[in-house]
Amino acid sequence: METKSTKWEKTSKKNTRHLAYWTGGWVFTLAIASFGPIFLWKSNMAISILFIVINTLIGIGMILMNRKYINGLDEMQRKVSLDAMAIALGVGLVGGLTYSLLDQTHVIAFHAEIAHLVLLIGITYMIGIFVGTNRYR
Amino acid sequence: MKNKIKVLRAEQNMTQAELAIAVEVSRQTINAIETGKFDPSLPLAFKISRLFATSIEDIFQDE
Repeated sequence: METKSTKWEKTSKKNTRHLAYWTGGWVFTLAIASFGPIFLWKSNMAISILFIVINTLIGIGMILMNRKYINGLDEMQRKVSLDAMAIALGVGLVGGLTYSLLDQTHVIAFHAEIAHLVLLIGITYMIGIFVGTNRYR
Repeated sequence: MKNKIKVLRAEQNMTQAELAIAVEVSRQTINAIETGKFDPSLPLAFKISRLFATSIEDIFQDE
């Protein structure tokens, strides 16, 4: 009985750790690919393409790891995650298009940045996880 | 959905953590099932019924 527990818990913790590594790697290579042309390699096209490809490949790895992480959760944790993802996706879609409309119709004085949308989705997901976890407590 | 998991656990002197270990879910999930906040899937309900050697109908009752 104890071996089983250790195995499930260990797998769950390992998946969480690996997802953090992949996410960290993706964010790091995204920063390199974004700021490298300005600060590191003076707009060398070949190096820029190389880092964009590396970032995309690590991004694909992160997506696959996220899928593995979700599948490794127990059924209640998976439900909490899926609910949070559904809300984050909806808020991202509706909020993103509304934000874009506000920009196109010049209601807002600044440009609609994709980073704001990513931030909105991330914060919505975290709130969704928090609310979902508390609901079943 | 109501259930008798808490009673069955008490009869076997088993903690929520031990039950969670036996059916490979988190302790929070066992707590949510016991308090009726979360309904388990059929495979999980079967695992629990096998563990307590009781039929699913005897453990879970529709409200």
